[in-house]
Amino acid sequence: MTPRPRSWRDLVRAADAWVQERVDLSGIREVIRHKVVPVHRHTLWYYFGGMTLFLFGIQVCTGILLLLYYRPSAEEAYESVQFIMTEVQFGWLIRSIHSWSANLMIATLMIHLFSVYFLQAYRKPRELTWVSGMFLFGLALTFGFSGYLLPWNELAYFATKVGTDVAGQVPLVGPLLTRVLRGGEDVTGATLSRFYGIHVAILPAFTTAILGVHLFLVQQQGMSVPPAIERSGRPVPSMPFVPNFLLRDLVGWLSALAVLGGLAAYFPWELGVKADPFAPAPAGIRPEWYFMYMFQTLKYLPAKIGPVDGEMVGVMGFGLGGLFLLLVPFLDRRSARGEKSPLFFWIGVGIVTYMVVLSALGYLAPGGK
Amino acid sequence: METLAQSRRRFVNWLMGTGFGAMAVWMLYPVVRYLVPPQSGEPRVANVTLPWKPVEIKANSGRIFRFGSQPGILVKTPAGELRAFSAVCTHLNCTVQYRDDRQDIWCACHNGVYDLNGKNISGPPPRPLEPYKVFVKGDQIVVSRGA
Repeated sequence: MTPRPRSWRDLVRAADAWVQERVDLSGIREVIRHKVVPVHRHTLWYYFGGMTLFLFGIQVCTGILLLLYYRPSAEEAYESVQFIMTEVQFGWLIRSIHSWSANLMIATLMIHLFSVYFLQAYRKPRELTWVSGMFLFGLALTFGFSGYLLPWNELAYFATKVGTDVAGQVPLVGPLLTRVLRGGEDVTGATLSRFYGIHVAILPAFTTAILGVHLFLVQQQGMSVPPAIERSGRPVPSMPFVPNFLLRDLVGWLSALAVLGGLAAYFPWELGVKADPFAPAPAGIRPEWYFMYMFQTLKYLPAKIGPVDGEMVGVMGFGLGGLFLLLVPFLDRRSARGEKSPLFFWIGVGIVTYMVVLSALGYLAPGGK
Repeated sequence: METLAQSRRRFVNWLMGTGFGAMAVWMLYPVVRYLVPPQSGEPRVANVTLPWKPVEIKANSGRIFRFGSQPGILVKTPAGELRAFSAVCTHLNCTVQYRDDRQDIWCACHNGVYDLNGKNISGPPPRPLEPYKVFVKGDQIVVSRGA
């Protein structure tokens, strides 16, 4: 007969032994024991991937809660969000956290993306990690775009009209793409149903799969050490992932949670005016901040550039920009060999500058009326 | 030289490959067709009678009306003439509005401007607004396609 466990510690040990007798977890334990994080002057940037993952977790949890009251139809969507915000206990908190966390997540994702870019962590052998990360970025933007429509308010209605019309500028398949996205010729309740399905089922499924690949690759290859530090030839010190790095992560996550709580309490997310397909687009209309630079570009482009519509040029430009970022590990041959790669550094600076300047203009330039 | 066994194996591989390929197409085709929404059964509207009387509409103002499933805009010029256009901006589909202070038709989304003939005069719109015909019959305003 086994001796009776005396304390909770013994109990855990007994449970652990019970599991270990049935399932061999020694491989996972080894991985956890040996995982380390390099320590150098750029270590700070390693935290942003984990932060994005944490905020994604918040999105999943609050999103599931919102599902319990939300109704995806043109007649009821706005009212159901209003109900969540005013009648449901803590509904305002859950919805505001969902909206704020979405925005913070895009922000930390962008910081993560560009820090990886500037530290050239995409170089061989991490090309696939970068590519999977770019896909996740695309999914996150699609999450943002589709979720924006769900409250069915005026701003979202016109943002969706514009956004889906932009998709129509894609050569050959554009008009079909717009119809498939809208679920018809116009933005209607059918669009809302479709965006709802995309937002709560299709995107989560793809994200789960690609996120799995992304995390697996990060796990397999470990953290990239910036080439400049690698070239110095000195040995790079490291810290164990568990518990040293994880506890630092945790501090960041708790801070993020505090910031989210504060934002939701002091700046609850607005609902705006219910969408009316037969009202003019309101003055001062603009998209979420992470689409602002595109929006502003579309304002500046003339009706025609040569024989082509201006907006088509804009859409193609953004498409090529995205393609460049997606393929950068394969284009940047010098960093793949561990050499300095000033050209790609300056291209990156150019992209960030463009996004920042155009976004700033979007907020500062007069709206027109 | 290919043996009979190898040749048979090649045949079976080909059979299975094409079989699975055909099965994939057979399963995907309905899914793809399902994703493309059906053409709406609504007939294309040729004309509408607006819910306002001509005398209700002030000079130098504009109103949005429902033209089938699309918005239209009725404008009364400062000179008192009634004109109607599609209210769908030719740039990216937003709904335009009348600006009485500047006496033009304006799209708030990307700052596109049209004059009172519906012609695109500034900003990104590539084409004029589609013009409609306006008839005044007694105290009714009827708008029809094609001006």
